[in-house]
Amino acid sequence: MFATAVILFREVLEASLIIAIVLGASRGIHQRGRWVLAGVGTGLLGASLVALLASTASEYFSGDSQALLNAFILLMAVSMLTWHNVWMATHARELRAELTAVGTDVQEGSRPLTALMVITALAVMREGSEAVLFVWAIAAGGGQAVEMSMGAAAGVATGVLAGVLLYLGLLRIPVRHFFSVTSWMILFLAAGLSAQAAGFLNQAGLLPSLGNSIWNTSQWLDQSSALGQLLHIFVGYIATPSGIQVLFYLGTLALILVLMYRGRIKNLFFGYLSAS
Amino acid sequence: MLNRFASLILWAVLFGAALAAQAETTQTITIHDKQFDPRETSIPSDTKVKLIIKNQDSFPVEFESRELSREVIVPAHGEISVFVGPLENGRYPFFNDFNHNMTGTIVAAPEKK
Repeated sequence: MFATAVILFREVLEASLIIAIVLGASRGIHQRGRWVLAGVGTGLLGASLVALLASTASEYFSGDSQALLNAFILLMAVSMLTWHNVWMATHARELRAELTAVGTDVQEGSRPLTALMVITALAVMREGSEAVLFVWAIAAGGGQAVEMSMGAAAGVATGVLAGVLLYLGLLRIPVRHFFSVTSWMILFLAAGLSAQAAGFLNQAGLLPSLGNSIWNTSQWLDQSSALGQLLHIFVGYIATPSGIQVLFYLGTLALILVLMYRGRIKNLFFGYLSAS
Repeated sequence: MLNRFASLILWAVLFGAALAAQAETTQTITIHDKQFDPRETSIPSDTKVKLIIKNQDSFPVEFESRELSREVIVPAHGEISVFVGPLENGRYPFFNDFNHNMTGTIVAAPEKK
């Protein structure tokens, strides 16, 4: 029962923490709760579909299509997180104003809501399909059904609780710093997901690994330890990353930063030109 | 400009090398009675190898290895393929993420000639 709880906790934790971060980052945007809920619903539907495909040994799911699906989901999430951060870079001031004053609606408030929904749906879908398959696997294994389902429920509840705690923790950050903190969190979250996507594309044989493990920090921080797993979710920590993963990580980091600060970079550049 | 040209060439070389490495070796691992068979699979080091994993059991398995950074679901009565390597000499454990009692190892060693 305990083993079941731990495995489900791990599967739920990642989705739950991601949702907590985007909920924090979208604070002050009108109606975001409804969109996140829609995302959870869509995600659960998608997860069941993937689990169904996997359990029926469908040809669509064998070979490399699975790695490709994972890579696609991850890259999609990365692009949505990027969109959100870029939008926030120009609208954070208005949102901050709304959080301090009362009753001023943010202009263009509806734009990143689709992003919010898609990110939530993708996170739930990816982790949820594995959770569904796992529960199904133990159910098919027979025996101890009651204990197992109790363990499963406990695992899911603890995972969700962790997300709630993170969200409440985020809310304690002073409004002045709030959106820069969430932006940085989303930045590293996106880079980490992008590195995972690179791993799947390499797994499918589409990208060279450019070196199997560029470094190995398993001795210092085992990726399967509690801290290792948390860092894996938040900043994409991988104990033995391949070259292509490092490349994707840094590339995503650079791309998002440039997009976020493109106005400032342009000013700097033209300022430099006109001065010389 | 020169820099960009140099990096372009570097990429082309890397990509070419990746394609050349695809002349492939295949190795099969079967899952039956809640175990991997064989428990220990030898593959040549410094070679890209295609692993075929066949699941004869009636429940899905998530083949996972942190050392190989591979993670793939093998459907019940299904079959998947996954590339590993080129690997350095050594032992690379893997397990079923849905049932941690199911474990196995891939051993990469120089090819005998």
